[in-house]
Amino acid sequence: MRYVLRRVGQAVVVLFAAFTAAFVLLQAMPGDAVMIRFENPELGLSPEQIAALREAYGVDVPAHRQFLHTLLGFLRGDFGYSVQSGTPVSRMIAEALPGTLLLASLGFVVAVILAVGIAFLSTYPRLSWIRGALRALPSLFVSVPVFWLGILLVQVFSFRLGLVSVIAPGPVEGLILPVLTLAVPISAPLAQILVRSIDEVYTRPFVTVVRSRGAGHHRVLWRDVAGNALLPALTMAGVLFGELIGGAVVTETVFGRAGLGRLTEQAVGNQDVAVLQAVVLLTATVFVLINLCVDLLYPLLDPRLRTKAGAAA
Amino acid sequence: MNPNTSTRSATVTGSVPARPSALERLRRVDVGTALAWLVVLVAVAWALAPGLFTSADPVAGVAADALRPPDAEYPFGTDATGRDVFARVVYGSVHSLSGALIAVTVGLVAGTLIGAVAGTVGGLVEDVLMRVVDVLLAVPSLLLSLSVVIVLGFGTAQIAFAVGVAGVAAFARLARSEVVRVRATDYVEAAYAGGGRFLTVLWRHVLPNSLTAVAALAALQFGTAILAISTLGFLGYGAPPPTPEWGLMIAEGRDYVATSWWLTTLPGLVVVAVVLSANRISASIARRGRA
Repeated sequence: MRYVLRRVGQAVVVLFAAFTAAFVLLQAMPGDAVMIRFENPELGLSPEQIAALREAYGVDVPAHRQFLHTLLGFLRGDFGYSVQSGTPVSRMIAEALPGTLLLASLGFVVAVILAVGIAFLSTYPRLSWIRGALRALPSLFVSVPVFWLGILLVQVFSFRLGLVSVIAPGPVEGLILPVLTLAVPISAPLAQILVRSIDEVYTRPFVTVVRSRGAGHHRVLWRDVAGNALLPALTMAGVLFGELIGGAVVTETVFGRAGLGRLTEQAVGNQDVAVLQAVVLLTATVFVLINLCVDLLYPLLDPRLRTKAGAAA
Repeated sequence: MNPNTSTRSATVTGSVPARPSALERLRRVDVGTALAWLVVLVAVAWALAPGLFTSADPVAGVAADALRPPDAEYPFGTDATGRDVFARVVYGSVHSLSGALIAVTVGLVAGTLIGAVAGTVGGLVEDVLMRVVDVLLAVPSLLLSLSVVIVLGFGTAQIAFAVGVAGVAAFARLARSEVVRVRATDYVEAAYAGGGRFLTVLWRHVLPNSLTAVAALAALQFGTAILAISTLGFLGYGAPPPTPEWGLMIAEGRDYVATSWWLTTLPGLVVVAVVLSANRISASIARRGRA
């Protein structure tokens, strides 16, 4: 129980620190975003009008009160207003979220299939002749720029082979290439950790025992190795989530899909600090929550970690 | 390699391995790693002396030769304004490589400092520093870089620094764990007992013993940085258009993807080759450290 409390406390501290850092970096920097946008002489605003605008955006009060105000706002799900369009950031995010959620979850599923496929095929005895090539795949996947992969897929599947239309595609057809683009880099670290842990489990004495009792490759792989090998992959969950969001920024930009990633890309282009801040903090929150869940669940799934001695090892 | 590192493996195996002959060591270098070094060296040569590899101008094009597919005259073809794509890739290498160098330096210096201080001082300082690292880890590296870009503005140096910030956490974690690991060894304790001061011990014993791990991470981060810099360049946050930056070139070639495949495919392949090589070199350094 103390472990749980400590771990939760740690997560809260990290989130608070992330918020503070984002606030200091993005909001309290000299020449706030409102000034940058509205002091433009072309707009012809009088100093009084600018002061009114600053009040409306809540940047005229001292920094510590701004900090408290923003923090309470974030806790209530109010992320302020887009400096660019004046729309509430929470509404922009709510509108962008479904598209990204669909893309990311499909991308994740395909990535898992790819990774599991690579991992199990590369440990399959009959395929040992292409083992080297299969094991090189993940390192190739992590070295490929996501944006380039997307363009390449369009080039090959849409223009060369004419299989997937990119001009006004249907909802399903339009998802194929973006999902694939997103899945490839996500599958790489997952495949790497799976291959490593499958190899590791195979060296354990109990596998030798099961084998010596006459179990075939399939039975050993699926009943004894798979479960033990999948567990370490769980620790990757948070990192993979981050990769999905980062990948979504690029994928949505390349394919011109509406979503959180495109919103982020446009926010940077327009210097829209409020939007980027909300996206960054939401992502960090989900990351911390995922890691918290993994850390709390892991001892339940792996009995060796339940004792103090095991946890320390 | 540093002679100090061999002491570690020697204590594990219990016997001091004979020093391999030059020929034996040559045979141990596998083809893939040698190829990886070759790719990186070529890219470095491109950056240092682009004029040796191509006589074409990377910025001014020959309008009559616009959008020509790769042939003997233009190995990578030409773009819409008749510029030699190969020349642009060669001249662009300096942007990617120097950017990656800046990024790795930023990450290495800041990260190692944070990690080493956390690992040696311990206590509250360690807790505070490592929570800062946790915050950096909690934000996906691309979003972290974008946050820096939105504050600093667009440009080659800005994105290099932004990519470096995203690498701080990895170096900090490594430095801390290395300091903690080496500090627990007998010979560091002996060095203390022998009257060694904290900084001397850190410099003479902890640092040399961690070099292999740091070098492996630095090589890995170098590849990651090239990838990240080309991504930010592609998104348009780096150098402005006439610059032959790899990511930007691919972004510009996107409009001709239906007709001129070479504009995006070939520069992209160069990026893949360099990043793959950096990763391969990193893995070979890490393997040597363990062996």
